[in-house]
Amino acid sequence: MSAPLLSVRGLRTVFPTRRGPLAAADGVDFDIAEGEALGVVGESGSGKSVTFLSVLGLVRPPGKVERGEILFGGRDLRHLSPNELRALRGRMVALAMQDALSALNPALTIGTQIVETLRAHAIPGDPRAEAVRLLTRVGIPDAARRLGDYPHQFSGGMRQRAMIAISLAARPRLLVADEPTTALDVTIRAQVLDLLDELRAEQGLAVAMITHDLAVVAERCPRVMVMYAGQVVETGPTAEVIAQPRHPYTRGLMDSLPRLEDPDRPLHAIPGQVPDLATVDAGCRYRNRCALAVAACAEPVALAPAGDARLSRCIRAAEVSP
Amino acid sequence: MSFSRVLERLVQLPIVLLGVSVIVFGMMALTPGDPVEIMLADQRATEEQAASLRRDLGLDRPIAERFVVFLGNAATGDFGISFFHRRPVFEVIAERLPATIELTLVALLVAVLVAVPLGVAAAVKRDSWLDRALSAISLFGVSLPGFWFGILLILLFAVHLGWFPVGGRIPFGAEVPRLTGFLLIDTLAAGRPDAFLRALSHLALPAITLGLPTAALLARVIRSAMAEVLATDYVLFAEAKGLSRRRVLFLHALKNALIPAVTVLAIETGSLLGGNMIVETVFGWPGLGRLVVESIFARNYPLVQAAVLLYAVTYVLLNFCADLLYAALNPKVRL
Repeated sequence: MSAPLLSVRGLRTVFPTRRGPLAAADGVDFDIAEGEALGVVGESGSGKSVTFLSVLGLVRPPGKVERGEILFGGRDLRHLSPNELRALRGRMVALAMQDALSALNPALTIGTQIVETLRAHAIPGDPRAEAVRLLTRVGIPDAARRLGDYPHQFSGGMRQRAMIAISLAARPRLLVADEPTTALDVTIRAQVLDLLDELRAEQGLAVAMITHDLAVVAERCPRVMVMYAGQVVETGPTAEVIAQPRHPYTRGLMDSLPRLEDPDRPLHAIPGQVPDLATVDAGCRYRNRCALAVAACAEPVALAPAGDARLSRCIRAAEVSP
Repeated sequence: MSFSRVLERLVQLPIVLLGVSVIVFGMMALTPGDPVEIMLADQRATEEQAASLRRDLGLDRPIAERFVVFLGNAATGDFGISFFHRRPVFEVIAERLPATIELTLVALLVAVLVAVPLGVAAAVKRDSWLDRALSAISLFGVSLPGFWFGILLILLFAVHLGWFPVGGRIPFGAEVPRLTGFLLIDTLAAGRPDAFLRALSHLALPAITLGLPTAALLARVIRSAMAEVLATDYVLFAEAKGLSRRRVLFLHALKNALIPAVTVLAIETGSLLGGNMIVETVFGWPGLGRLVVESIFARNYPLVQAAVLLYAVTYVLLNFCADLLYAALNPKVRL
């Protein structure tokens, strides 16, 4: 396998709080290859968004990336100057957000918001024509006329597609899609996801799909990464991770979902709560909620191989699934 | 803003003006002091002469009748004769108004030029020493009494350092033919850059006296609006697109942060026009504010009434302008 497009090692992103530093991402390791779609799952506060904002260098002060390596195309993004990083944002790594209504500027037209992205990265060709092409590509009818519209004049689904068109305007190589389809209805969601699949196939676009929605991951992402309390707890091929989880938290997630083929199966909510990140110790962060926890779980646990192309942060990984 | 909103404003105006007329008329009538006695104070006038002057000015009629006559005339644009100047009130006010408007506009310019960069800087560097210093200074600035601040500026920059003139609008020898009444325009139109600079130096201290407290308030409004906007998703998204910092701050963020600032600025412009009275008196500025103060002391009823009505119209119109600007900045509000 060739070198991955993005390779993150030992990432630690910290926010100071009154109770001490809070590591929203702590020791995060992962890779994304060109053209790959990686599903990133975990509940709110698990560090999914913070991890990728760290990659983009957009963690808001006073939060900051404290440790780790973020290699993109072989360059460590942490060592770039602010200007180099700016040139890379949108052009190499782009962001699509959950709610287009809040992600698009209410005071600027859709046209302005696309064209400025094209200009910022000196994309060749007439920016207006390119903007029309991009909007048409995401299925917005009569795109030339709609360039002068403000975001509030678009319907919800169109707005979401327009935002994705803006994210993709400068032809990035990696798209970080932070819950890009949560707010959409089923048909539009399928359109948006199909578009991303096409771009992956045609242009080798890599996608990091941050989501709560395991169904989207199962359907669209060949590989998945599960995060819990600021750490990656399990990664592997999606089908295998779903069929045979190697971490108790992943197992808990699966058991808490309803299944179409077995609607009478009882749902199990995971007992207990996510630990307070400002006061966690070095041991396993899931052990207070875990049925398999033993005394040794209080020791630091590393992300370790757990089968073919799979990693788990559990000392009893082999016992999680039958 | 819809057509009905425009209509609403148009209906509002006469109602506001009627209310203001009643209040001003009543207050002037209740104020002790007789204009005739004041006008004749230094002259040995007989009772008959005083009575004849009183009749000439219409002051011998009952107050209700005077009010009705005033309203009738005002409706046709006739505000009567200034007791003191013996000329139409309209003419006297029109002569003094440009000085006040010029001062107000320059003060506003000072306020905006100071407040926007400082407000933006404070929001960007939130909780830094710069932010804290600015909020302390602006609190101080908001609570400054204008006359006291004006006198301090005169003492320091005019009397002690001699950088600026003590008062007045233009020195002898620099007068230019009146074209618009705005000296900054008239001096340039007359081809006298030297006179322009003199006029500017006369404007500086009163404009700063009026503008800095406004800047203090405006900077606080912009800082808090900007801080709110900088935390939004659309600013994060704009940064994620790789836009320059300048474009993110001054286009994406500031355009939205200015929306609340515009309303504040419109209200402030109204109080600048009104608040001019004190500053114009301190700086001997020949504007409307000083004219009104003099007229109140002289019990020059027609002039005070007309001036107060003018203030009221200005307030209503400024609010109207604020609505228009608000709509221009905020596309969700349709005209």
